[in-house]
Amino acid sequence: MIGLEHYLSVAATLFVIGIFGLFLNRKNVIILLMSIELMLLAVNINLVAFSSFLGDLVGQVFTLFVLTVAAAEAAIGLAILVSFFRNRGTIAVEDVNVMKG
Amino acid sequence: MISADLNIILPEIILAIYAMVALVGAVYTGKDALASLLTWLTAAVFVVVAAWIGISGAGTNVAFNGMFNDDGFARFAKVTILLSAAAVLVMGQEYMSRRGILRFEYPVLIVLAVVGMMVMVSAGDLMALYMGLELQSLALYVIASLRRDSVKSTEAGMKYFVLGALSSGLLLYGSSLVYGFAGTTQFSGIIQVAGEGHTTLGLLFGLTFVVSGLAFKVSAVPFHMWTPDVYEGAPTPITAFFATAPKVAAMALFARVVHDAFGGVVGDWQQIVALLSLLSMYLGAVAAIGQRDIKRLMAYSSIAHMGYALMGLAAGTEMGVKSMLIYMAIYVATNIGTFAFILSMERDGQPVTDIQSLNNYSKREPGKAIAVLILMFSLAGVPPFIGFFGKLEVLRAAYDAGLAWLAIAGVIASVIGAYYYLRIVFFMYFGDEDAEGLDKSRSPVLYGFLMASAAVMFFGLINLFGIEGPATLAAASLVN
Repeated sequence: MIGLEHYLSVAATLFVIGIFGLFLNRKNVIILLMSIELMLLAVNINLVAFSSFLGDLVGQVFTLFVLTVAAAEAAIGLAILVSFFRNRGTIAVEDVNVMKG
Repeated sequence: MISADLNIILPEIILAIYAMVALVGAVYTGKDALASLLTWLTAAVFVVVAAWIGISGAGTNVAFNGMFNDDGFARFAKVTILLSAAAVLVMGQEYMSRRGILRFEYPVLIVLAVVGMMVMVSAGDLMALYMGLELQSLALYVIASLRRDSVKSTEAGMKYFVLGALSSGLLLYGSSLVYGFAGTTQFSGIIQVAGEGHTTLGLLFGLTFVVSGLAFKVSAVPFHMWTPDVYEGAPTPITAFFATAPKVAAMALFARVVHDAFGGVVGDWQQIVALLSLLSMYLGAVAAIGQRDIKRLMAYSSIAHMGYALMGLAAGTEMGVKSMLIYMAIYVATNIGTFAFILSMERDGQPVTDIQSLNNYSKREPGKAIAVLILMFSLAGVPPFIGFFGKLEVLRAAYDAGLAWLAIAGVIASVIGAYYYLRIVFFMYFGDEDAEGLDKSRSPVLYGFLMASAAVMFFGLINLFGIEGPATLAAASLVN
């Protein structure tokens, strides 16, 4: 029988993979965007699982909001990425280093 | 029923409609030729809405079944946000149009960000919180990279976006846990579950994640790493905006979440907030010492100031919230003056941000040098300027709440932090004689803001311009 804790474990695992993707990735900014998306989707699994477990629809409504915002966020992220690429000619994470200190 | 609800969020609706009309109108007519006009118009709209909220608002009104609160606390924060956003728009207008970066999207995005902030400070539900926060953040990411042809500006936008999205993710994960373990997303429901004396482990986890996400937004250490880069990379008027309105909004949201939703379990979040406050004060004080760029320096300064504001919050009392609100209002007033000065710093028409360029500034422009001296002393917390009274309030609130160690640590951090403010004053008054200086400023607007802000720092000591009364009411409406 698959219970709530299984869903929560999957969501937590995906969320942690997303965070590690953000911090350990040294190659490509696109992978950062994918990691962010992974984190948000992990949250959605959490919300839907809780919603079904509690028998309360609010969690699913919340999920719809999160999906919408995630789409807007990806659009803005890609837009910033494109203008960054035009200036710098690269999207490697280690080249995002004009300012430091 | 629905019309009563709509009536309560009328200011937000009007601003949102204004943003859309302005966007579509500008696209179909003059585009960037209208940008200057639109900037002034937007500032005027902000001032009108602020006056409307400040004067007509009364009591506590709840809309949409508790999703949206209109109380004294929200109104205090909204008026501060709107007025500071209007000031920043007016200040930056000339700087941006002279450098060809005043696009019509700029005021529109500022309006959208401000609507997001107003929803944040009024949120009564995790969903309203998230939507407000994202509306604000998404607009801010774009504004940070407004200068599309500059490597620094786009890099600032990119860093802000990635770390901001990470913080939204943390906050959201926390929200989902809170929802799951409390069974509701409404703050009024959460406080009933959390206030029964025992917080379940899941709820505690959720609370910690939510607090980390909010700490990112107020740029508290250890979640501060985006701040210096974004402040340095973004065009200066936009940095001035980042340093004022969003900080107030994020801090007010922080107070609302910990008091409205978790007010019954102060002990559970007090230690986290106290630690954030301690680390922010010290990192802000120490890391700014080596900075040569005044925008980076102001970034660390704002981190330190957020530490003091969080100290008021860490007290977990009504007096703590009151002191936090007063501290934020003073912080915003000081920062507006400081950024008016930074905006006027230029050599041969090009903006300069190196603090060495202030060498001997007092010989060239004694009046402005005095104003900057007053602002720096106020930021450092030297009496009799009002920055001192702001610090005094938060220290007293923390001391009264039994956090004497935090108050003592705060005093020591403010002494360390005074060094870098005084260094700017030192350069202005005792700097190298033959160093290349700054141009004479030509902008009466910036001069006016600088002088007004310095005057506020000085004359505020009489009665803090009476903000204590509204702040007390605001705190009373939040903490029951």
